Amino acid sequence: MSAVMIKLIFIVVVFGVSLFVAMYSTYAERKIAAFLQDRLGPNRAGPFGILQPFADGIKLFFKEEFIPLKADRWLFLMGPGFFMITALMTSAVIPFGADFIHDGKTIALQATDINVGLLYIFGVVSLGVYGILIGGWASNNKFSLLGAIRAASQNISYELAMGMSIVALVMMTSTLSLREIVDQQAGWHWNVFYQPLGFLIFIICAFAETNRAPFDLPECETELVGGYHTEFSSMKLGFYLFAEYINMFISSAVLATLFFGGYQFPWVSSMDPGLTKTILSVVVMFGKIFFFIFLFMWVRWTLPRFRYDQLMNLGWKILIPLAVVNIVLTGAVILYKMM
Amino acid sequence: MIDKIFFILSALTVISASMVIISRHPMRSVLYLVLTFFLISAHYVLMNAQFLALVNIVVYAGAIMVLFLFVIMFLNLNKEIEQHKGLVIWLAAIIAGGSFMLLTMAALSKTTLPQATDANYNIGLVENLGATLYKEYLLPMEISSVLFLIAMAGVVLLGRKEKIIVE
Repeated sequence: MSAVMIKLIFIVVVFGVSLFVAMYSTYAERKIAAFLQDRLGPNRAGPFGILQPFADGIKLFFKEEFIPLKADRWLFLMGPGFFMITALMTSAVIPFGADFIHDGKTIALQATDINVGLLYIFGVVSLGVYGILIGGWASNNKFSLLGAIRAASQNISYELAMGMSIVALVMMTSTLSLREIVDQQAGWHWNVFYQPLGFLIFIICAFAETNRAPFDLPECETELVGGYHTEFSSMKLGFYLFAEYINMFISSAVLATLFFGGYQFPWVSSMDPGLTKTILSVVVMFGKIFFFIFLFMWVRWTLPRFRYDQLMNLGWKILIPLAVVNIVLTGAVILYKMM
Repeated sequence: MIDKIFFILSALTVISASMVIISRHPMRSVLYLVLTFFLISAHYVLMNAQFLALVNIVVYAGAIMVLFLFVIMFLNLNKEIEQHKGLVIWLAAIIAGGSFMLLTMAALSKTTLPQATDANYNIGLVENLGATLYKEYLLPMEISSVLFLIAMAGVVLLGRKEKIIVE
């Protein structure tokens, strides 16, 4: 099999896994919500309600397709698609496991290892807001427009703090390649122990960028009906909701990669490269990812939503100064070590 | 192969850049502009400057264009704001544009553009770019960052609400 074919198969597998994890995240979310609220949750479709995501998907496909009369037709249709594409694009640079060596050939479990992988993630994340903006504006509805405007301002505000928390990390690792960042964290040298403040800022911004509670103001149902997706129905709505779960999966993968050692596990360097090591590393990576997905849900069903001015104050007056302090501290420590 | 990609990309870039001014709707114009930035980033990738390509996307497509959209969404676009243009304006525009095109073509036909033959294709990579900026061009780099800081301080000062003094 040629290298291109292997890459192609790998990309299709990552695509399928992203969709599958996102699909079962909807189920997990409802089960966890039910657990935290002392309910049972979905339990009708299949044993323990395990087929619920399929039932939801089929239901969404059979719903009436509705386009508002005064909506901008093309942009209205483009919005959900754009949101979905940007959600799926990020996984291209994430290393999902250790190299697999077979017949002298090395197969990397990463779609592409570009030397600016970290910036790529940052770039795609900053594009995510277009889907919301276009869809919300094209609906020609006041609530949708307000939701879209909130999404835009929230995205821009938290992007800055996120970028600056990454700067401190890059100063320490002195590389932008995700694979190298993961390799540096072998053993217990996880970045979270060296950059606790950076991790805290990054995870708060990740919550804000994925529009998850307590930062879900763009779709705040108590004020804005449904926010930017008020006018959407059928699978177009499904795309918006589904892409949010894909974003959550990818954010968890990025958090695990940058701060929690990615696919590294404590005794990784003493193992021979082979099938066992690769499988074990993938299992470890997904364990970390699932932990973060659980954290996302745990927070959603525990904390109430921010008020809009609190959101802006947190972003601009607390997180950005903290990120600057973090950069200065990191620089000072690096200088001290060099002396 | 790379030549073909270059020409296809360039054609697409020119088309999408023209669509920015041709399209009647401000929202569509902004989206075409975003597409243009993407195509320019693709040109950077073609020149092995991945860092510049991604910074271009992060800064322009990711931040500045979102602000553009943000402002346009506040405009009331339902009203017909197209001004009625008289025949004289049309004629003047055609003459002015035509003479500018004539001038450019005349100038271009007389000049020979220098061609980069042995260009350094690694300058756009992060390490090399960083080393160049912080070793050879440290002072201009620092001065421009101070300029940005002044601009930021100015924006904060202008954006601050005047305190109303109650007597």
